[in-house]
Order: sequence, then C-alpha cells, then structure tokens
Amino acid sequence: MRSLKLWRLTFWQWVFVVIMVVGVVLSVVRYTQGLGAVTNLSDQFPWGLWVGFDLLCGVGLAAGGFVLTAVVYVFHVEKFRPVVRATLLTAFLGYLLVTTALLFDIGRPWAIWHPLVMWNPHSVMFEVAWCVTLYSTVLALEFSGMVFEKLKWVRAVKVQHAITVPLVICGVLLSTLHQSSLGTVYLIVPGKLHALWYTPALPVLFWVSAIGVGLAMVIVESRLSARAFGRQLEMPLLTQVGRALVAVLGVYASIRIYDLASRGMLGRAFDFSYESSLFLVEFVLGVVAPFVLLAIPKVRHNTRGLYAGALLAVLGFVANRLNVSITGFEGAQGGRYLPSFSEAFITLFLVALGFGAFSLAVRYLNIFPAEHEEGAHGVTGVALPAAGVPQHPEVVPIPRA
Amino acid sequence: MSNEPRGLLFDMVRCAGCRACVKECKSIHGFPGEAKDTTELSATAYTAMVTDGDNHIRKMCRHCVKPSCASVCPVGALEKSPLGPVTYDADKCIGCRYCMVACPFNVPRYEWHSPVPAVRKCDMCIDRLKEGKIPACAEACRYEATVAGTREELLEIARKRIAEDPDMYYHHVYGEKELGGTSVLFLTPTPVEALGYKEALGETPLPSLTWNVLEKIPGIVAGGGAALMGIWWITRRRNEIAALERLEARAKRAAAAKEANHAVS
Repeated sequence: MRSLKLWRLTFWQWVFVVIMVVGVVLSVVRYTQGLGAVTNLSDQFPWGLWVGFDLLCGVGLAAGGFVLTAVVYVFHVEKFRPVVRATLLTAFLGYLLVTTALLFDIGRPWAIWHPLVMWNPHSVMFEVAWCVTLYSTVLALEFSGMVFEKLKWVRAVKVQHAITVPLVICGVLLSTLHQSSLGTVYLIVPGKLHALWYTPALPVLFWVSAIGVGLAMVIVESRLSARAFGRQLEMPLLTQVGRALVAVLGVYASIRIYDLASRGMLGRAFDFSYESSLFLVEFVLGVVAPFVLLAIPKVRHNTRGLYAGALLAVLGFVANRLNVSITGFEGAQGGRYLPSFSEAFITLFLVALGFGAFSLAVRYLNIFPAEHEEGAHGVTGVALPAAGVPQHPEVVPIPRA
Repeated sequence: MSNEPRGLLFDMVRCAGCRACVKECKSIHGFPGEAKDTTELSATAYTAMVTDGDNHIRKMCRHCVKPSCASVCPVGALEKSPLGPVTYDADKCIGCRYCMVACPFNVPRYEWHSPVPAVRKCDMCIDRLKEGKIPACAEACRYEATVAGTREELLEIARKRIAEDPDMYYHHVYGEKELGGTSVLFLTPTPVEALGYKEALGETPLPSLTWNVLEKIPGIVAGGGAALMGIWWITRRRNEIAALERLEARAKRAAAAKEANHAVS
C-alpha cells in the first residue's frame, strides 16, 4: 500500500525526482573527474555559468532580505511588514544555494574555510568570503524566528525578537558590502572587461541594481507561490513594492547613463557590435521597459502588468550579471563561452533544490501572513494578528503546547 | 646581487628560436610533450614560444612588481617573493581562480581534469634562486636571449643593448614601467602588441583599482552603522509621537464632546 502511494507523484514531482537523480550523478562526476569533466570552463574563461548565474545572480536575487528588513525594522514603514518573511526566506535560501554553488565551483571545496584564517585584506574575494559567511549567519538567525515559532519555543522566539534590530543593522551593512564588492571584483580587469560594463562605478551599480532586483523578486515570488501554493501577498501592497521598484530603476538608469556619457561610451552603446547589442537588450528590455511599464499606474495595479514589469527587471538584472562576468570578457579573451549541458544541469539541480526548500518552507512555516486571514491558521497552528494591523513581534501570540 | 629582486630579460632580437628554454623548463619539471609543439602555456608548460617567421616570442609569467594575482588571492596562496618571483602555495589555495581572471597577461593555468586541481605557472625557478643558481631557461639559452640577473642589472643591460644597436631595437623596454613594472623584461625589434602590455592600462599597478574601494570599507561600516541606528531611533520616535498625538487628539475630541453635551443639557 505504502509503495503504491509513493508512486502517485504529480508531474512536477516526477520532474523534480529526475532532476535530483541526474544532478547527484553529475555531482559525483564533478568531484571525481574534476571541473573539466562537467564544465566548459577553460584557461581563457576560468569563470562561467556557476559564477555568473549561481553566485552573482543568487546573491542579487537574495537582496530583498536586506532591503525589506531595513524598510520595516530600521525605517519603521509598518505597511511592508507582511512582505518581510517571504524576502527573508528567499534571502536565506539564496545564500544557502550560493554556498552550495561555491562548493561546486571552487576547485578545492574542502579548503573553503581558509579565508577565515588565512587573511589577505587586499583581496576583494577575501571580503566576499567574509561577507558570505557573516551574512549567512545573520540570515540564519533572522530566519530562525520563523522556525522557533513553528516549534513553539517561546523563549527562543523572545530572544530572537530581542536581537532583531541589531541583527537587521548588521545584515544591511554586510549586504551593502557584499552586493557592492561583487562589482568591485571586476575593477581589477580594465583590460579584459568590455568598456560598456567596466566602470569605476561597478560597486555602486551592483548595489543599486541589487536593491531593485530584491524588490522585483518580492513581486515575482508572490505570483509564483500564488500559482503553486495558492498563497500570495495582497495586491495593494505589491503595487507599493512596484512603485518603489520604479524609483530604484530610475536611479539605476540615471547612474548608468551618466556613467556611460561621462566616459564617452554612449556612442559605443549604439554601434550595434556584439557587445552593443547585448547591452541594448540588457538595458532597454531589462531596465527601461520595466521602468516605463511600472511607472504607469494602470499597469502597476494590474496583477499581470505588475508581474510582467517585475519579471523584466529580474531578467534585466540576470542579463547584466552575465554580461559583466562572461560575455563582456569574450572580446578580450578571444572566443565564446557557453556552458556545457552538465554545467547548466547542475545549476538547474541547485535551483530545483531551492524551489523544493521554498515549497517546504511555505507549507510548514508562516511565510505569507496576509493569507492567514482566510482561515489558513490550521496549516501552521500559529495564530497571527490579521494583516493590516501592524504586527509587532513582541505581541505575536504564541499558543503554548 | 644576493638579496635584490631577480628577474629575466628576454631579447627577441637575439633569440634564434631554438627552444632550448622551453625544453629545459619541461625537463626540470618532468612535463610531457615536445618543446617544438609548445606554443601555448598550459598546466604542463610554464613557458612556450610562438614563432612567426624570424620572430620568436617567449610566453611566461611576468612576475609583476605589484602582481594582480597575489593581490586578489583571498588566502595569500600567491605571493610576491622578495627574491622576485611570484610563487604559489597549493596547500593554501581554495581554487576560486580569481588569479586567472585578474592576471592582465592571462598567464595562470588550471588543472581542469584533476579532482585535486592546482593553479600552474612559472615560479622563476625560485628553488634554484635560493641555491644561488639562475632560472633553468636562462641557463639553457646559448644566445643570451634569455638573461638572468637582478631587475636593475637587466634594465641596464637592456638599455645598453638598445644604445649599442639602435637600428635593431624598438626603443622601449617592455615591463619597465607598465602596470608598475614586471620582473620579466622584453626587448623587441618593433612594437609587439602580442606581449599584452596595453598602453591604455598605463603605469599604475592594477591592485590599486580594487584597494581604492576596499580601503573605504571601515568608513562605510562606521558611517552606515551610525546612520542606520540614527534612522531607527528617529523613525521610531516619529511613530511614537504620531501615536501619542492621535491619542491626545482623541482625548481632546472626547472632552470637547463631553463639554458640548454639558452645554446642551
């Protein structure tokens, strides 16, 4: 009987199982035969999809965590409180994924702890390593509240709430350093990275675009989880997030254009070379289009319009990171890099793991509190005050077991 | 010359393309492959030679005076030795390959097919230097095309060679000043772009580009932390005051209503 039940998986669950099995096989190949056996990495392109997508985009997509915690806990904008949990979850999972991806990408993963004891403060990578470690710890502590709440560990919840504000401030500082330092990484390659992307403003651009994509991901995720689990955030709230996104996209676009103009690169942006085309796709479709779309109130108030705008912003962000880390190097390095099938599959494997963890968390933890109004209390066993009422952590009633 | 940083000078004008340097390098490291086929650096070729007609160019690590690879290495696996070479310690390396990305000359190579991979590049035969010998490639050269010495000595030799034979040489010592200078210097008959000394990159060492940002971190942390705490305090106080004002207004309205009631009655 039991085995029969096990076989009754949905289509997507089967897809998930297949991805897991193939992913584990490819992982074994990677760790026994070396990076060359599964990737298209080479001495010309030592960094590829795993750095460009898994690491750079993974960290960026997690930025909602620091943006929203800052808005709610530091700036005390209470109306966004219902969004915090979803962004914290994404951020925490994002960083777990980034760490896992690092274990695949670095050649000697067993030595991953070395930067903690072998210091080179002149290295941006050293700073990045410390930021990943410290911010993952901060995220784990911030996220732990939701788990303690589920486990009904009242005392742990209280302790966690007491240290929330200092944690949030540390998180914002570490994120600011980490997001910007991923841009700083590329400051040392002026001769290799194409001038449309190489600029002394890289750290600032990386930081601002991370804030934007953090907001955009709140909208995209809410939409995805609405389709998958029937849980989402309220539309008026998401519309407000969309409005904030317009502002951030505007700031980002202004810095980007000003930077190109001041370096005399605007002409090269429109010479329709390989790089210019990539830049135009990235900037017009991924920055200007979502800015214009979401600036129109009618679009912003429409579920589909809002989602489309946010999705464009996310894709534009991904395109930017891939251009900075991969395609922007192709001219100087001579040749093209495309990930191998196995390389792309391992990325898919990690993303699927993330989706799996996300759905478990949404199922078992209070991630979308706005929904609890509609009688979802039974699922989690924890009653939260109705949405709209500012939910001070101090007053969240936790039923004793 | 005992304690001064050493270097190598490669003189394209004198090189006959015999590849004794490449052969000797392979031989002392026990690397497989034929010297005559070695035209590109690899994990088993720390030096290589490209031949184009009568022109022969050696490829190898330039042992920059201010090396990008050592500056970007998060664990200090790559280091600029006071003896001149940029050395690598595989036991420290985590395999992030930032050194390969950062090297302006695309020198470091990786063991892509090893489960325990290491970065591979020339170390200027540092073990031989410590024994008082010169690098194997320089010892193997019969034409004084690859010359060993202190960097200062080599610069002097290079200038002398240009002065003695001004028609044969391009009047520039590659590696003297570019990017803060390299410990490997090049003399050429004409400008040679393939060496990778890009004029646009100037004479400032590349590590200063990242350090300019990194050194701001303590300020960002202190200033940002103070600003965030300030904002936290101000916005909280503002919310408190707003709540108080609402309460007061309500109390006032209630009192006014009471008075009005009294007045009516």
